[in-house]
Amino acid sequence: MPDLLLELFCEEIPARMQAGAAESLRKLVTDALVERGLVYEGAKAFVTPRRLALAVHGLPAQQPDTHEERKGPRVGAPQGAIDGFLKAAGLASIDQARIESDPRKGEFYVAHLHKHGRATPEVIAEIIPQVIRAFPWPKSMRWGKGSSSPTTLRWVRPLQSILCTFGPETEEPEVVAFEVDGIRSGDVTRGHRFLSEGTIRVRRLEDWMAKLEAAFVVVDRERRKDIILNDAKDLALAQGLELVEDAGLLEEISGLVEWPVVLMGSFDPAFLDVPDEVIRATIRINQKCFVLRDPTTGRLANKFVLVSNLAASDGGTAIIAGNERVIRARLSDAKFFWETDQKTNATVPLAERLEKFGNVTFHEKLGSQLERIRRIAALAKALAPVVGADPDLTEQAALYAKSDLRTEVVGEFPEVQGLMGRYYARLEGLPEEIAAAAEEHYKPQGPTDIVPTAPVSIAVALADKLDTLVGFWAIDEKPTGSKDPYALRRAALGVIRIMLENEVRGRLIIPVARTIGMHLAGKRFNQLAQADQKISELEQINFDPEKIRELRDVIADNVQPSSALDFIDMSKDLAFAIGSDLLAFFAGRLKVSLREAGARHDLVDAVFALPGQDDLLLVVKRVEALGRFLATEDGKNLLAGSKRAANILRIEEKKDGVAYEGGVDVVLLHEPEERALADAIAALGPQIEQALAREDFEAAMALLAGLRAPVDAFFEKVTVNAEDPVLRVNRLRLLADIRAATRSIADFDRIEG
Amino acid sequence: MIDPALPPHMRPDNSFQGLILALHAFWADKGCVVLQPYDMEVGAGTFHPATTLRALGPLPWKAAYVQPSRRPKDGRYGKNPNRLQHYYQYQVILKPSPADLQDLYLASLSAIGIDLNLHDVRFVEDDWESPTLGAWGLGWECWCDGMEVSQFTYFQQVAGFECAPVAGELTYGLERLAMYVQGVENVYDLNFNGREGDEKVTYGDVFLQAEEEYSRHNFEHADTDMLFEQFRMAESAAAKYLEAGWEDGTKARHLMAQPAYDQCIKASHVFNLLDARGVISVTERQSYILRVRELAKACGAAWLATAAGGTPAP
Repeated sequence: MPDLLLELFCEEIPARMQAGAAESLRKLVTDALVERGLVYEGAKAFVTPRRLALAVHGLPAQQPDTHEERKGPRVGAPQGAIDGFLKAAGLASIDQARIESDPRKGEFYVAHLHKHGRATPEVIAEIIPQVIRAFPWPKSMRWGKGSSSPTTLRWVRPLQSILCTFGPETEEPEVVAFEVDGIRSGDVTRGHRFLSEGTIRVRRLEDWMAKLEAAFVVVDRERRKDIILNDAKDLALAQGLELVEDAGLLEEISGLVEWPVVLMGSFDPAFLDVPDEVIRATIRINQKCFVLRDPTTGRLANKFVLVSNLAASDGGTAIIAGNERVIRARLSDAKFFWETDQKTNATVPLAERLEKFGNVTFHEKLGSQLERIRRIAALAKALAPVVGADPDLTEQAALYAKSDLRTEVVGEFPEVQGLMGRYYARLEGLPEEIAAAAEEHYKPQGPTDIVPTAPVSIAVALADKLDTLVGFWAIDEKPTGSKDPYALRRAALGVIRIMLENEVRGRLIIPVARTIGMHLAGKRFNQLAQADQKISELEQINFDPEKIRELRDVIADNVQPSSALDFIDMSKDLAFAIGSDLLAFFAGRLKVSLREAGARHDLVDAVFALPGQDDLLLVVKRVEALGRFLATEDGKNLLAGSKRAANILRIEEKKDGVAYEGGVDVVLLHEPEERALADAIAALGPQIEQALAREDFEAAMALLAGLRAPVDAFFEKVTVNAEDPVLRVNRLRLLADIRAATRSIADFDRIEG
Repeated sequence: MIDPALPPHMRPDNSFQGLILALHAFWADKGCVVLQPYDMEVGAGTFHPATTLRALGPLPWKAAYVQPSRRPKDGRYGKNPNRLQHYYQYQVILKPSPADLQDLYLASLSAIGIDLNLHDVRFVEDDWESPTLGAWGLGWECWCDGMEVSQFTYFQQVAGFECAPVAGELTYGLERLAMYVQGVENVYDLNFNGREGDEKVTYGDVFLQAEEEYSRHNFEHADTDMLFEQFRMAESAAAKYLEAGWEDGTKARHLMAQPAYDQCIKASHVFNLLDARGVISVTERQSYILRVRELAKACGAAWLATAAGGTPAP
């Protein structure tokens, strides 16, 4: 079976785009082949800084033949219908159609269309130019003489040549001939930019790989990564050092070289006064080099590993010397910044440094960094007792936490923010809790990052994230679709993880409302006019009216007294709209994370459907208990019984136009089963409530299980829709009591099964 | 390869001016007009009308020149070995971008003494954007042994207009390149004239005092009242010239695009000075940038209505 080899040779492709481009090329070409009936055995894409290539293995030499029958009009139909049929079927005259007959429709024409499959190269020549022209580069450009034409090709950087061959292993393959924007496909490529000269003629994949390897190009990205990693480790080992591995850097570097040559350089050990993280950031970000660790001290060594794209004629001496010069200059900058910061911290008191944040805008609509820091400090102080932290210490920690943002080191290397705060806090002799919070309040930075566990850090981290969320909610900069420029999803997930993993108890709405109050007091957003609209929007998105009322009260209580007394009622509505919408967002995030952890989404929904479910830890405990309960025989049966009750109620309530709720008249309970059920509900109801008040969900559900037998017996023996309308209504009320009892645990209606 | 016929004091690896002369010789040989620096204060070689304006319109254009560039904020009172508030850029602009632009660039590095078999030269993604000029392009920063020595850009848009055809722009950081080929660590130690002993003139001899004086000026004393006034004057003058330049009051042909653009350059530099003095807040900053960009766009539109911009005289 023949193979296809395609290589698109161009000027340097940005490293970050290479892996995605290889995958897109593979998918686009193979999908197009399959769509045209060309099924293949295997496909592999390759990418280097200068080429994007694809090998498709085991393609047929041509498309399969196809046969299609097309029904036409009946014999004797008007000429217009016949002409239309001939045109649609591509026939020259009606004699080419067969006449077939059907007992009901009579005689009619049928066209039998045989289509010979086209030769595969012809199909490829049609596909590839289309793929090239529509290639999904994140950013593409025009170039050269042709760039004025509206139809000019766009590519990531100028495309220089195309290689495309097709043929079986045993024969000389042919060039698949096509042209894209003046570039004709051929069977030649080029090797390494500096280590190879002239063009290389290529037949097929093996040949292409071998010849390019001989021309100093390793086409396989994974192999380049292996070479870099192994050589770097070997070099480190030879010096008794360890490579500080960095997967992201390795990815990037493998996209910057076609022929990786790993070399080692060193720098003046005096630079090791600078914190390791800063040295690493300098060397990694600016120079794309690896750093090395001394296993005896655990600290960085004064060496680095660079990856060049050249096997230099002097063995790399000049390249190492050049890189060392640049790194020396960079590190002396870093050292200068580090020393300047310490001098500043020693001479300028913290309060004075803090004032400077008044001139730094956090966000145009959310005021300065100083205002933000003060809000965070107030909120963190309020949260401190909840998480078992000292309030004053927490407030100080929050006031200190952002101070490194104005330091020279962080100005130069934003990725060491927080960490520098920790270093500087220690150097200033501040308590360890403050130093730790400076670093940890940014955590978790992502789903794999650790969560702070020290009480002061927890309080500051929560306050920081909640202030961000509330602020952006207030100015209506919520995440939409794939757009989340302020990483608000990450912030919400951070709050969730911090609370759950540290078992922090309490209703989320309270700190949220407090933050809203502070933002309002800062008069930072003036969308009061939109509050009404926001509330009506919320009411439309399936918010239980009772839930709305309850939330409104909690928010009003918490917003008002602290800071926003002088605000008109409308601001309460706005606060409510922001708070409840943000809470719904938290619920959504929690749902996603519970689902990812394996919880049933319907159970999560069933718990969230209850009013006031914003104590995240309780929600999770309730979901867990519910899952265990429903796995038992009692749970399953009770679920069935309560669903049955709910279904009957739904139908009858609709018919009657009323909602039934309590008020069962014991005198009207004639059957023993209905009496038993009413007794059981009356006896268990208060006990369940007590268990819930203790937050003992296991006990509450065990009690609920006691309803299973009476419910089952009731449905077996008692007819709800009795002839006597008085009896009927009384029984419906009894069903409503079942519903109410189960709803104290979860909305069973939303549970599947 | 450095021209072996050069005497030692003229060699690009011995002399800062030798480096400039070698680049002039190289690009002159490739058909560029070798221009002199633009006679106004600019932040980068791109501001020279030979780049900004000539990049617009259909006519071919090849030029090379040195442009003294002023970045008031980068002043360090002569104390930093790498940072300067005034430095030289070597600028090459080729429209349309030739197919072998990368090879030409690499050959120019050879011509100033960078042996491509010894040094690791790389093209690392760097997309260029100038918010004040309403311009952007795709390209790379060119690394030599880990040091950025040039910027390589295919202009896609300038002054808010699509470049048709696209021009290729090369910008060499001359001091950095010279430090590299001369092997010095401090910019002020660069040999300027390639001579030794009493005859030697260093970069520091020429520019150190200026760096000290201008740092004082830029950060401490630049007259901000005057500068605010100058910004307003330049902005309104540009608008006046743009308005007056339209022939017969129709928008078909413009007769004063370049004088108007001078005022745009002026406004941009004045803004940079105000920024260095720290008297422009973050929000205001954005609005100043926008105001300069509006001027640049209007000048681009005017330029496109001139002969050199591709609108021939009737």
